[in-house]
Amino acid sequence: MRRRLNLVLGLALVGVVVAGALLSLVWLPYDPNALDFAHQLQGPSLQHWLGTDQFGRDLLSRLLVGARGTVVVGIIAVGLALTVGGIVGAVAGYAGAVVDEILMRLVDVLYAFPAILMALLLAAVYQPGTLTAMTAIGLATVPIFARLTRSSVLSLKGLDYVEAGRALGAGPTRLLRRYILPGALGPLVVQASMSMAVAVLAEAALSFLGLGTPPDVPSWGNMLREAQGFLAMSPYPALVPGLAIVWTVLGWSLLGDGLRDFGDPHRRRA
Amino acid sequence: MLGFIARRFLTAVVSVLLASVVVFSSLLAVPGDPAEAILGLNASPQALTALRHQLGLDRPAAARYLSWLGGIAHGDFGESLNYQRPVGRLIGGRLAVSIPLTLASALLACLIALPLGVLAALRRETLVDPLITAASQLGAAVPSFWLGLMLILFFAVRLHWLPAGGFAGWSVDPVRSLEQLALPVLALGLGQAAIITRMTRAAMIEVLDQDYVRTARAKGLAPRRVVGVHALRNAMVTIVTIFGLSLTNVFIGSIIIEQVFALPGMGRLVLTAIGARDFPLLQGEILVYATTIVGLSFLVDVAYGLLDPRIRYT
Repeated sequence: MRRRLNLVLGLALVGVVVAGALLSLVWLPYDPNALDFAHQLQGPSLQHWLGTDQFGRDLLSRLLVGARGTVVVGIIAVGLALTVGGIVGAVAGYAGAVVDEILMRLVDVLYAFPAILMALLLAAVYQPGTLTAMTAIGLATVPIFARLTRSSVLSLKGLDYVEAGRALGAGPTRLLRRYILPGALGPLVVQASMSMAVAVLAEAALSFLGLGTPPDVPSWGNMLREAQGFLAMSPYPALVPGLAIVWTVLGWSLLGDGLRDFGDPHRRRA
Repeated sequence: MLGFIARRFLTAVVSVLLASVVVFSSLLAVPGDPAEAILGLNASPQALTALRHQLGLDRPAAARYLSWLGGIAHGDFGESLNYQRPVGRLIGGRLAVSIPLTLASALLACLIALPLGVLAALRRETLVDPLITAASQLGAAVPSFWLGLMLILFFAVRLHWLPAGGFAGWSVDPVRSLEQLALPVLALGLGQAAIITRMTRAAMIEVLDQDYVRTARAKGLAPRRVVGVHALRNAMVTIVTIFGLSLTNVFIGSIIIEQVFALPGMGRLVLTAIGARDFPLLQGEILVYATTIVGLSFLVDVAYGLLDPRIRYT
């Protein structure tokens, strides 16, 4: 029961964020960049439900626009990691021997570069921005998916039904696509949800450092960076995006936990 | 055992070498001329030529890589363009902040997380476990830099108990320096504690479900002995891994925490290097970070092998 709760709660939390991001496309209470020097650093009120920042900009509007970035960056970064890691892991696991050794050694090198180091390297080469942040987070997440796919493929490729497929004349690509990878999908979906949580944290951190979303675009990390200078005057510009990050990260990780337990009845007990 | 260590060491060296190739070749990927990228479009041809020579751009890439690597082997990381000082010495100077920050945070995290994780595992049938699990799940969702901001808001802005940032320097004012590290350590350590509480709980549960623990219980050993001697010792393997992992996480996390608290550590240095397009400094710093990560995972593997003989032979 408690386990089902994870799934429901996770879906609800993530659902609110996605709904907020979608809502921001059609409706916003205020222009998120409109300056209003008569209402700077105000607390929540009827006009501004979540208060205003140091330029009098509406925090709710900025929060909603920020939700877009969080969702998009997360999906693209994790999608990149899933695709690259999945292919590398599947080939390594299926081919084995030297191919496996070389591919996994290369993937291991990525372990030495967590998202923030990768972002620093990319920022040195290209202009820091949303694209470099997404790529950095994605690349840093590749090893997890590569290892996971590889171990699933290793354990599945010897099973009878895969042997049967091979006996029917299926080539390596068809075997991987039709027989092996569907069996490996469950753990990958769970990991994707967990990695979304990490990606949201990483994106916020990179934006906070000025290595992510450009400063003129409202993002949760940018909002926090700007709020730091005004902590003594109003806590709301720091509280609002911070709580939104906690909300979203918690949502994705609960969803991951929920999905894992959903797919694996053995774990419902532990 | 020696063979095991040698094998792992070789793997680590290969990883570091590959990482150095990645770091070095990133400079090669800079679109256009790096010297122009650094000096801007209005630079004089003489200045460009001089910088190209300083960066070694007038030589083939492979030769530059080898001399860069050779220099590093002797502790020479080249010269920072921005500070006009050796990169190695710049980094060394920042370790006085980054190392204490990292070690204290990882230690704090383990001191909080290990007892809580073990407790949650032992009290699975009571309310204690879901409470600790829920708290750690929530804690793991809190970004360390936001926690840092909240700590500043509470302890520095509201209560005036601790400074909001800066670093006096160990030789100038050691007490003040300690005070200035307190909130950063708390911000980094608490978040990490949440993550490793969950890992400790899972590791402990796995051990507690083993046959030898059931046997120990069945033969009537006191619960304290069962946990202390049989379970904990076998959970040690995982716990060492967890400590190594949290050192790595906290070391990387310190980059952003140093920014929040204006601490003059390695993290601040690497961020100024980005802003100033100081490539030698950037490359040196990132290589040091990457090497530390590989080194820590090597040490964890060795400890693993020492604690669990089975691992040596696989």
